[in-house]
Amino acid sequence: MAEKLIFYILAVITLWASVMVITRKNPVHSVLFLVLAFVTSAGLWVLLEAEFLGIVLILVYVGAVMVLFLFVVMMLDIDLATIRAGFVQNLPLAGLIAAIMAVEILLIVGPGNFGLDAFPKPEPLGAEVSNTRELGLLLYSVYIYPVEIAAVILLLAIVAAIRLTLRRRPDTKFIDPAQQVRVRKGPDRVRLVKMAAEDVAPVVDKGDAQ
Amino acid sequence: MIALSDYLILGGLLFAIAVAGIFLNRKNLILLLMCVELMLLAVNMNFVAFSHFLGDMTGQVFVFFILTVAAAEAAIGLAILVVLFRNRRTINVEDLDALKG
Repeated sequence: MAEKLIFYILAVITLWASVMVITRKNPVHSVLFLVLAFVTSAGLWVLLEAEFLGIVLILVYVGAVMVLFLFVVMMLDIDLATIRAGFVQNLPLAGLIAAIMAVEILLIVGPGNFGLDAFPKPEPLGAEVSNTRELGLLLYSVYIYPVEIAAVILLLAIVAAIRLTLRRRPDTKFIDPAQQVRVRKGPDRVRLVKMAAEDVAPVVDKGDAQ
Repeated sequence: MIALSDYLILGGLLFAIAVAGIFLNRKNLILLLMCVELMLLAVNMNFVAFSHFLGDMTGQVFVFFILTVAAAEAAIGLAILVVLFRNRRTINVEDLDALKG
């Protein structure tokens, strides 16, 4: 019974937060509500005995991706008035399409097809079963090639993001270490010149002038 | 007890809300990206629910890969957004018509 209560509380918070995401005026508030939606979803996943993914959702998604969103939203100076134009006149169409879509999905995935009769609740796993271990064993044996491809995709994201946002300002002063290392002894360095010593300048007695 | 259908309904509602969000915030590129993230969350919810009720870990492996790809997508998308804003001073989708499509 407690499980059911927790599920409904988390589900309601998730839905409320996602509605807030799409209706807030300020994009910063939207990002923060999206964070709330992700955190409550992580709670739901832990309820589904997917502990590792719940933690990954919070660590990777809330901790990295959402903070990235927050950075970008705060960095850009957005003109909210023009960007919000058309919100109200789009509302009926958006609501209609979302409602049709929701009803269609509910007709199929409702309790008739996917209720407890068709999919009985599995026995809760004991404390000795480690979700992380199971997932790791599967990832590094059966799915090792997809894991490598995922690694390449992440590398690609790093390279692409850095290359896209990198820019060289023309007015910055910097030292090129390669040029410094490449200095040759003859023409580039300071050269000591040998000269003959000159005569001592004659001492001018100031008293004679008067 | 909580049935599989409860989780699937939650996922479906999340997806519908995200679709409505794409219609509502048609001009704001950042909010479009956030709605895509919400859609991916709905899909992941379905994967995890099926994985639990079928007793098969493969669903969770798929969620793992979806999270990876979504993180890469968000990083590149936001980088493009920053470059776009630097050049055009706007993220209004209707102003981004340089390709004349």
